[in-house]
Amino acid sequence: MNGFELSKVMGVVQRFRGANNEGVLAIILLALIVGMSIANPAFFTLTTFFAIVRSSIVSLIFALGVLIVIISGGIDVSFATIAIFAAYSTVRLSQSADFDPGLIGMLAIALAIGGLLGLVNGAVIARFRLPTLIVTLGTQGIFKGILLTYIGSQYIADLPASLAAVSTMNVFQITTDTGRASLHIMVIPAVLLCLLVAWVLRNTMFGRGIYAIGGDPEAARRAGFRVMRTQMWIYVIVGMMAAAAGIIYMIMGRSANPRDLVGGELDIIAAVVLGGASIFGGRGSVLGTTLGVLLVQVINNSLILAGVPSAWQRTAVGLLLIVGVGVQALAAKRSSREIRALVKEEVPA
Amino acid sequence: MTSPTSTYAQAPVLQVRDIVKTYGGVTALSGVSLDLVAGEVHCLAGENGCGKSTLIKIISGAEKPDSGEIIIDGIAHTAMNPSAAIKSGIQVIYQDFSLFPNLSVAENIVLTAAVAERKRIYSRRVSRPSAKAIVDELGLTLDLDADVVNLSVADKQLTAICRALVHDARIIVMDEPTTALTHTEVERLFALVETLRGRGVALMFVSHKLDEVLAVSQRVTILRSGKHVITSPSSEFDRRSIAKHMTGRDINDARVVSTLAADTPIVLDVEALGLRGAYTDISFALRRGEILGLTGLLGSGRTEIAESLFGASPAEQGTVRVDGEVVSLRSIDNAIAAGIGYVPEDRLSQGLFMEKSIADNMIAGSLDSHRTRWGGLDTGKVRATIQRLFDRLHIKAPNVSAPVRSLSGGNAQRVVLAKWLANKPKILMLNGPTVGVDVGSKEEILDILRGEAAGGMSIIVISDDAPELVASCHRVLVIRQGHLVHTLEAEDITVNTILERMAE
Ligand SMILES: Nc1ncnc2c1ncn2[C@@H]1O[C@H](COP(=O)(O)OP(=O)(O)OP(=O)(O)O)[C@@H](O)[C@H]1O
Ligand SMILES: [Mg+2]
Repeated sequence: MNGFELSKVMGVVQRFRGANNEGVLAIILLALIVGMSIANPAFFTLTTFFAIVRSSIVSLIFALGVLIVIISGGIDVSFATIAIFAAYSTVRLSQSADFDPGLIGMLAIALAIGGLLGLVNGAVIARFRLPTLIVTLGTQGIFKGILLTYIGSQYIADLPASLAAVSTMNVFQITTDTGRASLHIMVIPAVLLCLLVAWVLRNTMFGRGIYAIGGDPEAARRAGFRVMRTQMWIYVIVGMMAAAAGIIYMIMGRSANPRDLVGGELDIIAAVVLGGASIFGGRGSVLGTTLGVLLVQVINNSLILAGVPSAWQRTAVGLLLIVGVGVQALAAKRSSREIRALVKEEVPA
Repeated sequence: MTSPTSTYAQAPVLQVRDIVKTYGGVTALSGVSLDLVAGEVHCLAGENGCGKSTLIKIISGAEKPDSGEIIIDGIAHTAMNPSAAIKSGIQVIYQDFSLFPNLSVAENIVLTAAVAERKRIYSRRVSRPSAKAIVDELGLTLDLDADVVNLSVADKQLTAICRALVHDARIIVMDEPTTALTHTEVERLFALVETLRGRGVALMFVSHKLDEVLAVSQRVTILRSGKHVITSPSSEFDRRSIAKHMTGRDINDARVVSTLAADTPIVLDVEALGLRGAYTDISFALRRGEILGLTGLLGSGRTEIAESLFGASPAEQGTVRVDGEVVSLRSIDNAIAAGIGYVPEDRLSQGLFMEKSIADNMIAGSLDSHRTRWGGLDTGKVRATIQRLFDRLHIKAPNVSAPVRSLSGGNAQRVVLAKWLANKPKILMLNGPTVGVDVGSKEEILDILRGEAAGGMSIIVISDDAPELVASCHRVLVIRQGHLVHTLEAEDITVNTILERMAE
């Protein structure tokens, strides 16, 4: 094969692999599904598929928020707390004031609370230039304390009517020989949000600014990006997305528990990193993140079907995170070598 | 090119007045004033750390001055900010490039312009043609879709240049834009500078290559230790007088080489070395205490040969002997174990931990040679080494615990050199050891290399700076398209022969 053909083939391989290894991830996901289906025919059914989609909805929305933060070179561990804070406070408010502003109204209240909490994160990070992990670890504790002491610590079994009404809505429902399969309506906002975030990241200056800041904040400042303002907005948006995820979580769970969600942050971060987002910032895509979330869900699901105790599932996710980061590091090393080799190919020997 | 312009009468586009800037206790600028006029190239010259980049950052709004003012079109500002500066038509090529490593070349080129136009939507499809246009105008072969992180230093520099030129700027400031470029690329850049000047753009240019300064500029301002020394038309200067104003003394770039006895042992013996696509059949010997030049155009294979000897991209054919023993150089560890050191080309990104102190950086590569008998660190010895090198290399910094990020470009470079000298390798290869170093320091660095060689170290200098090779090398190997085409010795080593052999 001559150099030109080689580089063409490499080009195709490279394109399929995607900027963040999305192609590789898709193959792994596919292989896992095929493998599971052969091992356990109960896996390959519409029921399981819809169940995996359903359990991915909240994770996916969280993951989109985490993706934005990670691209900008930060990390956020407070999103789950913000989600439960915003959603529980909204439900609690509506319940104690005996006031139901409807689904949209509820969502608006939750988004406002989430945005405000995000603003706290963003203001501290942008203003004092503190490490994002430390800040969000701190605010996570503070938010949780405020929620449990001042707002409420009780489990609420009945959601306000406007939320409860959506709880049982499906986009799609059929009865198959393996049982009833239904696709929850909340999959729609999740998909729309994916498309929106993907578009913003790719096609707006705000989105490109996030990549630029993640690549080199000082260079971004010198290029005229308003780094502080963009950072604030990032955390506000993540807070709002978390709040939306919180409301959706409660709708699908048909109850509001102020102690839920918190503790699952690692799964989300692992999914985003597996999806090709660089922990050093500047890289990541919505497609990769979506695949990462699905992969983590499928693995969790497979482990349950295989009867693995849930403690081991945590181990599996931890391992996955390490593998994800390791593969990234190796791939980065190799691809820079390949590129050099290709460039050298062009020099007449 | 140096035709004096009749634009002096014209009102300056940009003036800075009495700029003072201090960092902690260090005074970077103490009351500097200068002006830029449309259709004129104004050169800023001075030793490493005299404040050139600081002045540029103040003009571009990346730093705020302690006092003084910046006057643009007659309107005085106490400080600029990056967006305001870009909006008033100022474009800067920073010494450290300030590119986004994670984005493609095309996006790097167009992104700042899009920010300046306050665009909200970004479209790859629409912005790519303007990136391509500027790359073509400069006659470059940059891969627009490559990520900047994977580029060579030269391509990064070209990307930074394209980015500044893609704007319709009225004022273009270039902070050492040619450090990594080949002669042809420099010529193309200068041709473009001339076109821009014709269009009435005001340019400011910083370089340590005095020939470039004289070739491209109409006026020269010289700074020394943050103070203004002189501003005059460049026709009134020559290399010698600029160097004298910069350093306050006469600079000597005469050829000074030690004589090597005929029976001096061979330290490094390279035989028929080859690497597909990079170089073939390279054989040479390096003797104890010898300084050997390795030259050639960019892309000739000179850097790859050095990288192979350092185990970074191992050779596929040939044998290498160190002190007569065959060594296998499959990895950097192998090379270091064999006593080979390498100061890479892309020092600012490969050689240094920017946030760490000068001391930490200096000692990072040689901890093993500073151990006590018990394996602990011999702190006394460490401190002595650090202080010795700090003094010897004349690094301009308050003390050894200053972070490398706070150093000027040329001083950061000396830290890398110190790091390798601390390691005392048998064979030290240096890729462009004086790129970005001022004339005075260049002489000092060459003197340090001569001293190390006299002390028994064997040195390979990879460079296309002919005067530097002439000044310091016993022999010069010329590489062309991967082949060793000439070995110049003794009186054959002159600036002209080197340039001819390289390009013929
Ligand atoms: N961020 C900083 N913190 C502390 N000191 C700094 C900082 N930036 C620059 N300096 C100091 O200011 C002085 C001027 O530095 P500057 O970068 O302007 O030099 P320069 O003339 O561009 O030199 P070179 O030719 O080496 O690039 C130096 O002594 C440097 O150490
Ligand atoms: Mg400088």
